[in-house]
Amino acid sequence: MPRPGFVLDVDRSTPPTLFWHGEQFRTERLPTGSRIIYPPEPLAALEDIDGAIRHALLNPLGDSQPLPSLLTSGMKLTICFDDISLPLPPMQRPDIRQRVIEAVLDMAADAGVDDVVLIAALALHRRMTEPELRHALGDRVYDSFAPSGRLTQLDAEDPEQMLHLGTTDQGEDVEISKRAATSDLIVYVNINLVAMDGGHKSVATGLASYRSLKHHHNVRTLQHSRSLMDQKRSELHTSNWRMGRHIAAQGIKIFQIETTMNTNTFPDQFSFLMKREWEWTARDRMSYMAVSRSLDRTPSRLRTTIFQGIKSPHQMTSVQAGEVEAVHEVTTANVHRQQLVEVEGQTDILTMGLPYICPYNVNSVMNPILVACLGLGYFFNLYRNKPLVREGGVLIMHHPTPRAFHPVHHPSYIDFFDQVLAQTTDPLEIEAKFETSFATDPWYIHLYRTSHAYHGVHPFYMWYWCAHALQHLGMVIIVGGDPKSVRRLGFKPASTLSDALEMASDVVGPSPTLTHLHAPPLLIADVK
Amino acid sequence: MITSALEGKRIGVTGATGFLGTALVERLLRVVPGCEVVVVVRAGRRTPAAQRVKREILRNDCFDRLRQQWGTGFDAEMDRRLKTVAGDVSTEGLGLDDEDRALFRSCDIVVHSAASVSFDSPLDAAVEVNLLGGSRVAEVLGDDRAPGDPVPYLVAVSTAYVAGTRRGESPEALLPDTPFAIDLDWQAEVHAARQARSDAEAESRRPERLTLFAKAARSELGAAGAPLLADKLEKLRTEWVRERMVQAGKSRAHSLGWPDAYAYTKALGERALLANRGDVPVSFVRPSIIESALAEPKPGWIRGFRMAEPVIISYGRGLLKQFPGIPEGVVDVIPVDMVVAAIIAVAARGPLPEGPDVVQVASGQRNPLRYRRLVKLVQTWFEEHPLYDTDGQPIVVPEWSFPGRGRVQRQLQRATTALSTAEKVITTLPIRGKKAQLSSRIEEKRELAERALGYVELYGAYAETEAVFKIDRLLALFGSLDDADKATFAFDPIAIDWAYFVQEVHLPSIVAQARVRTTPGKRKTASRSDRGRKAVLSPDRHIAAFDLENTLIASNVVESYSWLATRHLPADERVRFVLRTLREAPTLLALDRRDRGDFLRHFYRRYEGASRQQVGDDAWNMFSDLILRKAFPAGIRRVREHRALGHRTLLITGALDFAIEPLRPLFDDIVCAKLGTDSDGRLTGELLTGPPTGEARALVMARYAEAEGLSLTESVAYADSASDLPMLEAVGHPVAVNPEAKLATIARKRGWHVEQWSKAPGAPRPLLPIGPLLHVPRGRSRVNNHRNPVAISSKGGETG
Repeated sequence: MPRPGFVLDVDRSTPPTLFWHGEQFRTERLPTGSRIIYPPEPLAALEDIDGAIRHALLNPLGDSQPLPSLLTSGMKLTICFDDISLPLPPMQRPDIRQRVIEAVLDMAADAGVDDVVLIAALALHRRMTEPELRHALGDRVYDSFAPSGRLTQLDAEDPEQMLHLGTTDQGEDVEISKRAATSDLIVYVNINLVAMDGGHKSVATGLASYRSLKHHHNVRTLQHSRSLMDQKRSELHTSNWRMGRHIAAQGIKIFQIETTMNTNTFPDQFSFLMKREWEWTARDRMSYMAVSRSLDRTPSRLRTTIFQGIKSPHQMTSVQAGEVEAVHEVTTANVHRQQLVEVEGQTDILTMGLPYICPYNVNSVMNPILVACLGLGYFFNLYRNKPLVREGGVLIMHHPTPRAFHPVHHPSYIDFFDQVLAQTTDPLEIEAKFETSFATDPWYIHLYRTSHAYHGVHPFYMWYWCAHALQHLGMVIIVGGDPKSVRRLGFKPASTLSDALEMASDVVGPSPTLTHLHAPPLLIADVK
Repeated sequence: MITSALEGKRIGVTGATGFLGTALVERLLRVVPGCEVVVVVRAGRRTPAAQRVKREILRNDCFDRLRQQWGTGFDAEMDRRLKTVAGDVSTEGLGLDDEDRALFRSCDIVVHSAASVSFDSPLDAAVEVNLLGGSRVAEVLGDDRAPGDPVPYLVAVSTAYVAGTRRGESPEALLPDTPFAIDLDWQAEVHAARQARSDAEAESRRPERLTLFAKAARSELGAAGAPLLADKLEKLRTEWVRERMVQAGKSRAHSLGWPDAYAYTKALGERALLANRGDVPVSFVRPSIIESALAEPKPGWIRGFRMAEPVIISYGRGLLKQFPGIPEGVVDVIPVDMVVAAIIAVAARGPLPEGPDVVQVASGQRNPLRYRRLVKLVQTWFEEHPLYDTDGQPIVVPEWSFPGRGRVQRQLQRATTALSTAEKVITTLPIRGKKAQLSSRIEEKRELAERALGYVELYGAYAETEAVFKIDRLLALFGSLDDADKATFAFDPIAIDWAYFVQEVHLPSIVAQARVRTTPGKRKTASRSDRGRKAVLSPDRHIAAFDLENTLIASNVVESYSWLATRHLPADERVRFVLRTLREAPTLLALDRRDRGDFLRHFYRRYEGASRQQVGDDAWNMFSDLILRKAFPAGIRRVREHRALGHRTLLITGALDFAIEPLRPLFDDIVCAKLGTDSDGRLTGELLTGPPTGEARALVMARYAEAEGLSLTESVAYADSASDLPMLEAVGHPVAVNPEAKLATIARKRGWHVEQWSKAPGAPRPLLPIGPLLHVPRGRSRVNNHRNPVAISSKGGETG
């Protein structure tokens, strides 16, 4: 029976705590009286995954027929799936998407459906490469769909591919993939790594264009999403739900399939990452020393290659299918079952070690903007009720934050960093002054459509993701970060944790409370 | 009274735009109110003589005092008293027209101070001006005079060094009367000098020579295209001829015991004038080294950078570590106002009845300045008033130890040789960007060393002079003046307080003139590169033309080919392909350096037989996998900045159309290479038109600008190598991007804007430019699966 999450009070006997530091690790001795939040241990994976998938497709939730009865010969079927940003890290083969889609395709074949198209639900993300698609879908699916052009990736900048479905009662444009919108059935295959994923967000965001996304991907909405991981208190989700219901009201039928993962995140050689430090065996300590020391001596490009090569052993803990909202409710409960940790009260200082990966640098480079987004956009938002850190408190993150960019994947990030952040870091000002020019820039659009680039507006969304945290926090410090890059982000660089604590005392006083978020593996702090 | 003697006189002056001439004209106009001055001035290539007088004489700060004195009446007074005739002492009859000739001949007194004073002027030029100039003036003045018609009195300015470098006293006597003076047939020397010029011209045109010049031009500019290379070759040839004539002058002078061609031609000029003077009464005034004014028109007034100045400034900047000289030797320096006063006194005195005479103006006999003292004075002054380097730090001047000339020369020679070797090595290395700027720094150092060597060779003799120039006649003349004249025309050198003159008058003046940094601290103004960038990104620009390889992306046509060719190859064949390409690399590189167009023509033959459709499709993958990874984000951003400013963006590249198709949205227009296709849609490997390389780029740009009605002078061009020079030179705003050594040097010399652009930091760097392995479904053999889109036949291995 896996143990639940746990909050440790640091005393003198507590061993040094492991901090992620990008592609390296650090250990820090936290002040006595600090708290460390450990994630729950991984739940057991489903034993018969394919059986569970079949069962879910045949026994849908909510107001939905079983999938086979929705499939008829001569119909137009579109299967959409989450892109490279999920799950993190990429999972060992076979990928959940492959298993689910193969099951769906079997049923479609049985029903004699010929017109089947697969769409990678990119929204404004980069196009996946052939190896990435093969990894997600398996060679069998790839080879039967790709050559005939029936495996596609959403091109939200091709007016021919998009269909405007009118506006919600709040005046929000709803524009999604025309192929999907004009299909007799959309099957959407989700991997719900965190509570933010899935629900109406799948179609309303994953298949949408900039014209539609800008109604919820903006500073105001994100400042009112508290948190992103709490659908009921997230303005982002409220907007998506409105759009989802609008889409349903147009008579578009969606068969939603959602899956949840356990937190068995890292392969054996990194098993120490999944354990609590005081429970490390001699072998864990040895492997930590070996891994950490050799990483410190490895050139950074090779380190990136090593880490990006990690395929996670995490596995499916649940699968549910049917009507969107009914499915999502069960899914959220399943995510919480794995990730929720109860935490008593807020803290003055929140510390976290940022890992090497976030949704937007799979097989890529973690640039400074993604560092900010991972810390302030994602980890800061891993809460329910109240943020872990009090208003006006200090966030201390560990990451080397080098000025490094992937020129193919993140071209607009480079310009955003060099031109926009050099002028201001205020999300509202950035949104007002720069968003349109980046979003409509023909060169970025060209790269998004023909190469493998995130859309020109994407770095703005990363910055908006931080908006709630930026508004809430009194100071952000990055320990061990490249000072120039850190300052460009508007944060304070510190070389050691004790320096950072010293700097933080200017904001939170001389004897602050401190909490450390020991993730990944991921967790959601339920702050009472 | 001098002034009354010159009252109402018309005085002609040659060389009025020179240092001495300007001071003389000013002094005459200011001190002798009743005189009229006629200046003989050579018309410039574009400016008429009168214009030159206004610009080069009257606007000089020498006239500040007069301007102040006369106020608004200055121009009227000048119009009335200063006449200009257009003439040139290096042409027969001075090249005067009838009217000017009459005016010039009507002078009462003529001071001939025109000279080619540069110590390193070519032999024939020095001969024409210094040797024959005096005779020509005398001829014009004396010709066809009716009996009784008064002939003007000619005061010829010569130099104390006409007696040559030798120890002992040098009397104020005509050369034929001076013991040990070398007696030479001046006519033979004139003939020889002219002969030397035509010999050098002929020699420089010999095929062997021309080959050498061509090689030198090539090594300096690289494959810059025929017109630029031809232009460079002609410059090198002219320079070579000049250098040879300078050498001819130097060696002829040295062989006869003169320190340089100047003294040598002046000495012969005295003899020639004595022979050709006819009825013209003549006096010679021989000053020693003329330096800045002691008092008139103002202390420290100096015109131009003369002999000692560059040496002193180089010393103050810490560049000249040693200068040879005899510590107890006399440096015979004389302030310009004393020379002017002496000339006026001689003019006022009039010719002597017994014929031509000589007056020397020098300080060595009466008030000697020893070399050791001079150095000490200069050193202490710079210690108190240091110059500052570019970082705003004071420069510490070196201690001179008075080594022999030979030793200093050898040291400098060695340094120069070492530096130029280093420079050559670096230029041939395949480096670019910041590293390549090392070569321009070395070049700068070499130029400094060469200049120092030049100073030592040129002026060394003057710090080693042990001759004493006698000035008994000068002192006698001074003694004959009344007290008022003695005060107004002070030319007795005893009046010079050397410490005052060097430290209070001369040094402050030349340091101010040299535009060196005399204040500490960093400069506050915008850096040069900021200003350059601003100029380039001005909304007024018309076209922004870009080269591709190493300007916008760190890749080339060989990499593109290699990527496309390996894309459909199985792993083992890829290795073989890469090894073959690596083996060929040096040959390809050499071919590329020789001629880019030929290289492309040769290289593109490898595409023969490849499917146009297939390479076209693959190019889109190459765009993400190779081109964008190796792109310079700052460069791409710059293209877009130009576009945003409304400039036409133009890509000019030797790359193939399909390879750069994905870059099309970045530019308004693209000029590139295109291959032909056969009826099966396969590439022929032959270019449809000549590739846009070298001078073809300049033509393309000119045609483009004309067709669009845009101006190239208002356009910007970005390129990385000297072979792109025609493109860079075609526009008004060239930008060198990550320049290789040759271009870095050229850009520095011409003050071009330089950008250092790099690949995205942290970008993945594939080791070899090969396409990623394609997925091969299980069960199918790789060999069956692959098709060879780019025909890598045995042909691929051949290199011409």
